[in-house]
Amino acid sequence: MTLKEVKDILSAEVISGDQDLEKEIKYGFAADLLSDVLALGRGSGALTLLITGIIHPQVIYASNIFDLGAIIFVRGKRPIEATVQLAIENQIPLLVTPYIMFETCGRLYQHGLRPSIAKVKNG
Amino acid sequence: MAEPEENICFHEMFHIEGGNFTHAGAISSRVKKILKEAGFPGKIIRRTSIAAFEAEMNVICYANQGNLSLFITPNFLKVVVKDEGIGIPDVNLAMREGYSTADETIRELGFGAGMGLSNIKKNTDEMILTSESGQGTHLEFIIYLDKQNEG
Repeated sequence: MTLKEVKDILSAEVISGDQDLEKEIKYGFAADLLSDVLALGRGSGALTLLITGIIHPQVIYASNIFDLGAIIFVRGKRPIEATVQLAIENQIPLLVTPYIMFETCGRLYQHGLRPSIAKVKNG
Repeated sequence: MAEPEENICFHEMFHIEGGNFTHAGAISSRVKKILKEAGFPGKIIRRTSIAAFEAEMNVICYANQGNLSLFITPNFLKVVVKDEGIGIPDVNLAMREGYSTADETIRELGFGAGMGLSNIKKNTDEMILTSESGQGTHLEFIIYLDKQNEG
């Protein structure tokens, strides 16, 4: 799906990256722990949407490592200004949705988005 | 562990300020940029950047200050991170997944899950961690350029 479809499915507001709404998104990864993003992130970053409640600049630095396609903040959490600036510099689109994380993931899955990683090896 | 003293193509040292969370991750981003501009394969860049990010966070979370050095040689990349901090009383325990001494500030930023050191080990080919309680910590890791690092 495109980022525009993600936006519509989640009644989301685009905070930065308006020009990137035609970008293709195929995978999702949801985490409120950046440790998990760093431990479980995968190579197919550009097609991956990060779903998170972390609004600090660290989320951009972590996303940047995987060249993630976009970030959507859940629960209506708005990123702080430093985060937005860094996202613009790194060309990572930012969206915010009023839906909670479970509902966000559920809606996206229902519309065909698939996990960037489904389970851990030694869980 | 391989020594970078011979055949160093590139070396840069970055200062890390302990407790300054605002730009935590900035140094590993710079490391990533250097490696990308040097034209290394994506997987090498990713593995090095992830390990550097975790190491940088550890200095910010637990030390007064430190530095991260990146060495590029024809055969491997080496990163050395030294800090002046509280140190790690039990390195084996700290290496265990899920073990963490992080406080609430660190956890609010989405870190402190106790995965950092094991994630460094997972993403590197060699890793040496030594620490003296109350003195600081010395971490080195190497990523070889010839090991199934395509893609």
